[in-house]
Amino acid sequence: MADTFQLEIVTPEKLMVKEAAEEAQIPGMNGYLGILPGHAPLITELAVGVISYRASGETHNLAVAWGFAEVLPDKVTILAEAAERPQEIDVARAEKSKERAEQRLKSNDPQVDYDRAEDALQRAETRLKVATEK
Amino acid sequence: MLRTENRELRTQYMASVLDIRRRIRSVVNTRQITKAMKTVSAAKLRRAQEGALAARPYSQMLTNVLKSLVARADIYDPITGEPRHPLLAERPEKTILLIVVTGDKGLAGAFNTNILKIVSKFIESKPDQNIDVECIGRKGRDFMRRRYPMAPERAPSGDGAMGGDARLSGEETVPRAGRVQIVGEHVGVLGKVEHGFASQLAAQVVERFSRCEIDGVYILYNEFKSVMAQRLIVEQLLPIKEIGVVDVRMAEEAEEEERKRRVEAAKSAGVGLRPPDTSALDAAAAKIAVSPVDYIYEQPAEQLFREILPKYIGIQIFHALLESVAAEHAARMTAMDSATNNASDMIDSLTLVMNRARQAKITKEIIEIVSGAAAL
Repeated sequence: MADTFQLEIVTPEKLMVKEAAEEAQIPGMNGYLGILPGHAPLITELAVGVISYRASGETHNLAVAWGFAEVLPDKVTILAEAAERPQEIDVARAEKSKERAEQRLKSNDPQVDYDRAEDALQRAETRLKVATEK
Repeated sequence: MLRTENRELRTQYMASVLDIRRRIRSVVNTRQITKAMKTVSAAKLRRAQEGALAARPYSQMLTNVLKSLVARADIYDPITGEPRHPLLAERPEKTILLIVVTGDKGLAGAFNTNILKIVSKFIESKPDQNIDVECIGRKGRDFMRRRYPMAPERAPSGDGAMGGDARLSGEETVPRAGRVQIVGEHVGVLGKVEHGFASQLAAQVVERFSRCEIDGVYILYNEFKSVMAQRLIVEQLLPIKEIGVVDVRMAEEAEEEERKRRVEAAKSAGVGLRPPDTSALDAAAAKIAVSPVDYIYEQPAEQLFREILPKYIGIQIFHALLESVAAEHAARMTAMDSATNNASDMIDSLTLVMNRARQAKITKEIIEIVSGAAAL
């Protein structure tokens, strides 16, 4: 069996990654999935989280918001609504939106859309995590 | 008597040579500006085209995944044949939403005017429906604002019950400001088209549609396949008739003369005429989710379908925006090319007039000297 698989990460703006990867970890809706070459065919929705993959010995991290993935034994295609590399993340902005979301969650205002605030918080936290890990 | 006449003529000639020279200088300056604008538009157009190309794989893949899910998920009720997903449901159109995409800036020839003409035509073609208008771009907003009232403010409703039985929810019924009203305007989003904006707008539209506030969603924009292949179209976004098929409701091609001018402008600016070849990209994208294997579905296919469908709308809006921006740059490039040509023509004819005037002046002076000498 081949020891790599083709990894493609596509966002609405562009094709972000097209590489031969040795392993990948993707944030599925029901929890993180570890993928090695020869994985059984699978389709899953992605949650907000971190995609990490190893290509030629190097590990890369990407922050993703909603998307979905198709896994085939020799190929993984990830469609992500938004994906960012650590160096593309604006830490100050992420911190600010984290604060905002936290405030909104704390307030007892009935106007607040909790799901959205929760989502925003999660996105901001993921971004910060990816940015600081590097 | 004769002398005073002469003097008048002379001053007139002298002034006019100066005047003409001044005018020539001003036209030369204008030509410089239009030329620069044309170059800038050509560069922006190229970038916009690249952006549209880069966005292609995602939209193709999304469409293909949806198509393959259609086969797997029971989207239609087996007994009645009614679609189960609210975004597929067709119902009589009482209120429709029209998204109008224009440019933020002018100086793009008839780009904005043409779009707004179609807007009026579209609104006329739906005399019995209430129309909500969502404007993207400053020019469209200004136009609509002059004609139609803004929708009354609504208290932001809580969580939109997506797909729920919203038809029964009793709240609602804010009186309309008019048959045609503006429900939203977005200015300044076209400088850099972001998918985030498109998906937000789509989420809003989808929510209103599934709450039955609106029964149809149309988007009106300038389609741009290449400099040659452009047209103004009205596309139906919701309800979705068939996935992957663009549902064009109204289209208007450009006139022959306009097309010729576009080609000339593109040639002189060094912009490619043909649409870029996307067949390889599309073929790669077509492979997704269609492998003849049994996939493990982490989520039921129906759920996946429900989640992806709104994103599909977002992608379609995103696409429309990208194409409209490219078309706007192309239009500006064409307009500026014509302006530059016109300025050159004007400079030529003004120079001719100036030379003639100068010559006439000289002749006049010689005559004066000669006749003066003869009188002695």
